[in-house]
Amino acid sequence: MVAPPARGSWVILLSFMLALMLTEIPMPEPMEWGRPQWTVLVLIYWVAALPHRVGPWYAWIVGLLLDILQGSLLGIHALSLALVAALMKSLHQRFRMYPVWQQALLVMVLVGLYQLLLNWGQALGGAKSDSLLFLLPSLVSAFFWPWIFVLLRSIRRALKVS
Amino acid sequence: MATDLLWSPMAYYRGYLTLAVTPLRWLMDVPTRMLTGLDQSLSDRDQLQLDNEKLRSDLLLMARKLQRLDSLTTENAHLRELLNSSERLDQRVLLAELIGVSADPFSNQLVINKGLNDQVYLGQPVLDENGVMGQVVEVGPYTSRVLLITDVQHAIPVQDNRSGFRSLLIGRGKGRELLLNHVPDTADIQAGDLLISSSLGSRFPFGYPVATVTEVIHDPGQAFATVRAEPAARLDTSRHLLLVFTPQQQPVPPVEEAVVPKPTASQAPSSTTPDPEAEVPAVSEEDS
Repeated sequence: MVAPPARGSWVILLSFMLALMLTEIPMPEPMEWGRPQWTVLVLIYWVAALPHRVGPWYAWIVGLLLDILQGSLLGIHALSLALVAALMKSLHQRFRMYPVWQQALLVMVLVGLYQLLLNWGQALGGAKSDSLLFLLPSLVSAFFWPWIFVLLRSIRRALKVS
Repeated sequence: MATDLLWSPMAYYRGYLTLAVTPLRWLMDVPTRMLTGLDQSLSDRDQLQLDNEKLRSDLLLMARKLQRLDSLTTENAHLRELLNSSERLDQRVLLAELIGVSADPFSNQLVINKGLNDQVYLGQPVLDENGVMGQVVEVGPYTSRVLLITDVQHAIPVQDNRSGFRSLLIGRGKGRELLLNHVPDTADIQAGDLLISSSLGSRFPFGYPVATVTEVIHDPGQAFATVRAEPAARLDTSRHLLLVFTPQQQPVPPVEEAVVPKPTASQAPSSTTPDPEAEVPAVSEEDS
């Protein structure tokens, strides 16, 4: 079996760059707590759509960039993103069959897992949280999922990324 | 991850890694810069004239203060000569601009647009026009990262400007709250006191305002008083910051930082044999 030619790598790269920027762009303090995890959302979409191209290794590199960008412990974002990508890779066939609201639920679980891992990593660096408020982004991300999904799918179809 | 946590020279090399994301940083700053530019070009003439007048009067006030400062500085230098103590030098400063704020609600960090190319070094103090903001924790070629005094990982040695009482001011990571560490119940400190940097630890220069005490709670059940303070610097609104070059500190090579200071041998015997002279408190007044 011949692998299909890789097309539109720049679209994937560009979407990740945009997601990284949205993750790091300054927002007012109360909104910081509910910031949707753009990078994870974009990663989940690409892994579900093109699991043969975007996988844990891709996620690791993006996570490293995010680490450098946020000045966090080097590798903690990378590890969390890679884990989400690995889970998603094993789930992607079921994920494609789900209706969008069910996908959003799964996205909530995945982002929640990502937040938990991140929080654990931050605790290593000394910053502890005293409430479960750090899980709020998973709810917000699930809420944003349908729009992200429709947007990225139309982009992928229009530009024939495969 | 382990490398970053345990290998201290890593702090030095991390700076170079930021080179990979510098273009992203620059792009992210574009909306802010465009808004500021638009704001400037759209403000009307009356407003500009008002601003100009206000700035002129401010300048006059400052100039008057500066005249007195000049004479006081020379007088101070003379007195110090008389006392045979070393003269305090005026520090060189560098103006930097804010280009990024930490998006993580757990960390209070900023990114500024000066780096190794402008001789910024690790541990360099950062001020704004009102007081101490924090210190540089990561230096890249074109950008560097500043840890604010409100971050949980930050502590700064301060002293009370009124009574000379010294302590460590610790960040809490929530809003603008700071906490003074281990203050005895009998210490002379009260709400409204100004805390200035004490230059112990030789990282921050002496005498810059750091915070004002907001409340002092004496709880009989606790060993220490709870003292809360609020930073003097406008941590969340300043866009222009000052990097101070302290004269004795030059960029430190990473290897020297890793050396653990050994406990001095002279301290051990003095604690076992009672020494009447060691009880004299005169030594603590040296740097005030």
